Amino acid sequence: MEAGQGPIHPLLVQSANLRRRRAVNRAMEISAWVAAILAVGVLALVVGSVAVKGISSISIDFLTSNTTNFGPGGGIGNAIVGTGILVGVATLMAVPVGILVAIYTSEFAGPRSGFAIRYALDILAGVPTIVIGVFIFGLLVYGHQQTGYAASIALAIVMLPLVARSCHEVLTLVPETVKEAGLALGASRWRTTLSVVVPTALSGMITGALLAVARAAGETAPLLLLSSIFPDLVQTDPSTALPNIPVTIFRYSEAPEPAKHAQAWGAALVLILFVLAISVVARALSARSRRRLGAAR
Amino acid sequence: MNYEPSELNVADPEERTTPRIPGRAESPTPSPASPGGAERTSRVEALHATRRVRLERLNAYYGDNHAVRDLDLTFEPGHVTAIIGPSGCGKSTMVRCVNRMHEEIPGARSEGRVLLDDVDLHGARVDVVAVRRLVGMVFQKANPFPTMSIFDNVAAGLRFVGTSRDEVTDRVSAALEDAGLWSEVQGRLSNPGMSLSGGQQQRLCIARALAVEPEVLLMDEPCSALDPVATLKIEELIGQLKEKVTIAVVTHNMQQAGRVADTTAFMLDGELVEVGPTDKMFTNPDDDRTEQYVTGKFG
Repeated sequence: MEAGQGPIHPLLVQSANLRRRRAVNRAMEISAWVAAILAVGVLALVVGSVAVKGISSISIDFLTSNTTNFGPGGGIGNAIVGTGILVGVATLMAVPVGILVAIYTSEFAGPRSGFAIRYALDILAGVPTIVIGVFIFGLLVYGHQQTGYAASIALAIVMLPLVARSCHEVLTLVPETVKEAGLALGASRWRTTLSVVVPTALSGMITGALLAVARAAGETAPLLLLSSIFPDLVQTDPSTALPNIPVTIFRYSEAPEPAKHAQAWGAALVLILFVLAISVVARALSARSRRRLGAAR
Repeated sequence: MNYEPSELNVADPEERTTPRIPGRAESPTPSPASPGGAERTSRVEALHATRRVRLERLNAYYGDNHAVRDLDLTFEPGHVTAIIGPSGCGKSTMVRCVNRMHEEIPGARSEGRVLLDDVDLHGARVDVVAVRRLVGMVFQKANPFPTMSIFDNVAAGLRFVGTSRDEVTDRVSAALEDAGLWSEVQGRLSNPGMSLSGGQQQRLCIARALAVEPEVLLMDEPCSALDPVATLKIEELIGQLKEKVTIAVVTHNMQQAGRVADTTAFMLDGELVEVGPTDKMFTNPDDDRTEQYVTGKFG
């Protein structure tokens, strides 16, 4: 039979069914596309408006001078220092513990206890941070005074499940064959983990830790309870309440003067840039980690 | 060999990493008990295959799956023993029982005895780490440590036990030499191990296993991921190494068994069907099933 002659194959006929399926496909494609635009749009809107409203406040003077209650002067210098200390102390507490938990769940725990611990971590990650703040407030601050340590402990509790879960994920990506090579060479499981598994997964683990740091840096609720009554001075002693960026944003935006509102936007911009910078570094490290793990497979 | 089974026992923490077996000319690390250390014997003497591995009524399980059944088999020193059989017949499981890698798998267990000369490696008081220092293993897929250089890969096993820096350097070059890799990597020992080709990576893994000077070397389908040229190199290497270390090779490639092995064992469904000199196994086996397998009727 010559091409173009004879009856068309039944599957090639434009049936109602076929048209309907194509329409559904098209509709789903468009709605997914709109959702994606929306998500990116929200981010762009937030970052954009913070940048527009905050950029005018940013100056060397703003970044270096201390917080004030009134007037157009003043900045967030002491809050930057305080946030650095709070997050630094929290990181020192959360990251080692989180990594050890991850090593336990990925390398040593049996399937049942490993699952139970990971589930508990997921629940902890879902606990509202204000609850963690109230808990630490009742434990350490009520009847005493606010301290930077108390705030750091609360931030560490926020960070712990993030660090442990993300490190667990990268540790399980290390191929079993590499672990076996270490064991078969006469290294104990712990030695294999330390000398072979962790170095292989290291950049991925740092990525997880960095993202937890970024999360903790912007955490506000616990700080309102635990480190919000501070003098407008540079404080470096964590046994007293430390000035910090989130509480400063809150204070400035609650202030009656428009000048303070502008400074609140400026402080918010500094925080966002800080978090953004951490994400970029984390992203670069995770690309490196994927390359390395990919090569090992 | 006339020494007590307690030689491998680990009650003394000093012996945990360095089981002293009399007649083993060179211990992995000079024992602190002998100050100054004995003169190192030359490598040729030191590494001469002398150890016999004997499996007695070995059974291995994965949960309820009975993977190896009542297996008796001997790996003779100075010989290459090939284990052939269709996929899933338990050959890998069996060799993994020798260095006790089998027990690393959750739910896996084994019964029976694995004797290195007269010591039961599965004995309750034998430390698993000590077993793996004496019984090296090369895996199906080359698995160099991804973050380590060529040098560090070979040195890894030595560093695990704290061998001195000078000795590490000597032993690494000797091991690379033994694995036939030295001339190819000589000038670039600090490059990543992963930068080598597949065949070179596998020889790197062999060098890594040899560096700790094992008595027995288990090879679990060492060439199954390699091209024919790289395979040939590994096979030649096996022929050279059998003088120094007792070798067992798992393979599903019958031609390979024919080329490298002095003795061939045929396994089917977890059981040892037949074992004998390789020539006989391929030309005139006693068992019909062996005959059918080696002539390609199944598998």
